Amino acid sequence: MTRKQKRLAIIGGIGAVLALAMGLILTALRDKIVFFRSPTEVAEGKVRPGDSFRLGGLVLTGSVRKEEGQRVSFTVTDGEKEVKVQYTGLLPDLFREGQGVVTEGKLDPTGLFTATNVLAKHDENYMPREVADTLKKQGHWREDKPGGTKP
Amino acid sequence: MIVEIGHFALILAFAVAVFQACVPVWGALRHDGVLVRLAPRAALLQFALVALAFASLTQAYLTSDFSVANVFQNSHTLKPFIYKWSGVWGNHEGSMLLWVLILALFGAAVALFSRRLPDDMLGVTLAVQSMIAAAFMAFLIFTSNPFLRLANPPFEGRDLNPVLQDPGLAVHPPLLYLGYVGFSIVFSFAAAALILGRVDAAFARMVRPWTLVAWIALTLGIAMGSYWAYYELGWGGFWFWDPVENASLMPWLTGTALLHSAIVMEKREALKIWTILLAVITFSLSLLGTFLVRSGVLTSVHAFAVDPERGLFILFILIVFIGGSFTLFALRANAMRAGSLFSPVSREGALVFNNLFLSVAALAVFVGTLYPLLLEALTGAKISVGAPFFDLTAVPLMIPLFLAIPVGQKLAWKRGDLAGAMSRLWWVLALAVVGAAVVSFAVSGGPVMALAGIGLGFFLIFGAFDDLLDRASRGGWGRFMPRLLAIPRANVAMVLAHAGAGLMVLGISATAFEKEKIISVKAGETFQLAHHSLTLNGLTTQTGPNYNALVARFTLRDGAGAPIAELNPAKRVYVGRQMPTSEVARYREGFSEVYLAIGETSGGERVDLRAYYKPYVLLIWLGPVLMAFGGLLSLSDRRLRVGAPRRARVAVQGSPAE
Repeated sequence: MTRKQKRLAIIGGIGAVLALAMGLILTALRDKIVFFRSPTEVAEGKVRPGDSFRLGGLVLTGSVRKEEGQRVSFTVTDGEKEVKVQYTGLLPDLFREGQGVVTEGKLDPTGLFTATNVLAKHDENYMPREVADTLKKQGHWREDKPGGTKP
Repeated sequence: MIVEIGHFALILAFAVAVFQACVPVWGALRHDGVLVRLAPRAALLQFALVALAFASLTQAYLTSDFSVANVFQNSHTLKPFIYKWSGVWGNHEGSMLLWVLILALFGAAVALFSRRLPDDMLGVTLAVQSMIAAAFMAFLIFTSNPFLRLANPPFEGRDLNPVLQDPGLAVHPPLLYLGYVGFSIVFSFAAAALILGRVDAAFARMVRPWTLVAWIALTLGIAMGSYWAYYELGWGGFWFWDPVENASLMPWLTGTALLHSAIVMEKREALKIWTILLAVITFSLSLLGTFLVRSGVLTSVHAFAVDPERGLFILFILIVFIGGSFTLFALRANAMRAGSLFSPVSREGALVFNNLFLSVAALAVFVGTLYPLLLEALTGAKISVGAPFFDLTAVPLMIPLFLAIPVGQKLAWKRGDLAGAMSRLWWVLALAVVGAAVVSFAVSGGPVMALAGIGLGFFLIFGAFDDLLDRASRGGWGRFMPRLLAIPRANVAMVLAHAGAGLMVLGISATAFEKEKIISVKAGETFQLAHHSLTLNGLTTQTGPNYNALVARFTLRDGAGAPIAELNPAKRVYVGRQMPTSEVARYREGFSEVYLAIGETSGGERVDLRAYYKPYVLLIWLGPVLMAFGGLLSLSDRRLRVGAPRRARVAVQGSPAE
């Protein structure tokens, strides 16, 4: 191969791989991302039944119910609207009534949210940012929570 | 008093860092050797002062001095000694101090070990390193000071987050920072080479050992973090594509690319511009990672205290260093001459292939990590990008890379012989297929992708060791042993590192065969898990040094019903924060594990349980350990001694060098 051909082969190869990668990334960005929704947004009909999304808010106090087997049901609220959630499996250690929670799953036509995943956090004082934003928007945010890490 | 000494030492170190950042550069520009030669001494002094500051904070933790705000918030008198000690970096301020300590450590190490560098090169490198150190010391002193006192010292501290009360905390952050921050010195070398206009093979020789040190530490740090998450969080997973994990993976990917492109630059004087760019990008990604972890802009399980002021400060540092280095790069890139040309099928070509795929994988991780931020800023929509995204992008991009490794190892420099390389590899490939078939038979089938992954793992391992076999047997079998022993360490290192990658691929593929059971068990009940059975004997309470625990006592039995182990997963509630954590119980069987985590208990009788049988799961972390060991071995090769800027004489021995 001549110098020119060698250079062309290398540059062509690099271009092809970059194109492949961009194709993969763009496809994945279209199909594989999950939106975060608050109960208010769910009530406004922003989610179609069957779409996978993340639901975040506070666990409504008094709503956690253990059903047969490993099934648990609870209600997620943002102070305005509520969504009933059911989940089968072990809840994370920091799951508590009145605390922030993020769940991932799908809505069924009756408006029941079936979670495949309930997310845990490393720190009890840590509030998922999306949940904090939602609560701020609804006016339910208290700036200094008791037991916060700030002195 | 000791705390004030530490505080003062940190401020002094900042002053020394500012001095060290300016004077040698000025000296280099004026060709004043005296000013330039001040740099190594300043670097040593700076390290001593930061070490003093770090030691005094450690002292405050060990003596539970709650008049220090940072100790009050993160310590407790009942905490065991090891966690009092590792608690120093179990919080934002202390871990930033560790960050700065490691920055200064690398500066001091270069000052000590690279004495044979030209004075101006050493001086300017240390000056750039010190600019980074000065910026982060300012960050510490003005926004995250760990030495602040409380006016009315409380009697008891708030304790360390229980999840962090684990030996993992003593190992994972220091290793990870050693890697993250270690790339700073490579960055400093690159900046100095650009400033002084000396981008050549000697540069590659200088930075390779430091790149290797940082890479080894980062590899071990990430692996340790993954292992810790696996046994601590009770989810049984090893990688969650969490933004903070991605933040450490990105510099690892580009750092690995750098490690390989530096070889091409050293041996063939090619890929010079690219290697410099990679050095800049790798440390930029480390800085980006620091920003992501500490600014709270991303939702992550690793959240530090969210504080917009701190985020802005780090963003400012990030912009100055990344912007500055890319400007410098743009100004000087034209002056760099392109290196020697090579055929696409050659060792250089293979390493370009490696670099291309590693960089593109890093790009995919970058997009997936930052896209949610971008989208929210533009449209206000909140999204999360998780495993499904990365499984479709970064993971498939690694497969061609893994497939190419055994081939690349066999190609000669400049112009390789693909047919010749493949002639031996058919055997390796056949062996790998047989290996996968044997596994498939043993587990009686399974997901095709997982079996393909196992074949790929075997291909990597056999391909790596075939390289040794090939070299040793080339002069006939009679001289096999002497030839085997004469193979340069750097080559053996490469073989081990690539085999390590293969082990990891095997471990990850084997997760497809794990057995999971989520059930509720009553005392006295028995259930089956893979070829074992487990019986719950009962629940008991237990009191630890700073926690109370509810322990579930299980007996693990083998297929024949003979008891082999007692497993005691527990739920702990820590006294300090009244926060519950799960304590996982595991039983190791070769490289496989039985893994139990308990959830809620009801009525003191019944317990919710997550039970796994994880075949060959330990290979996931053993692989990276082997990679890092390969790195260490390569570091010990005398041809790669630190700071010998002699021009590389390409060894022409008829066999491809590493």
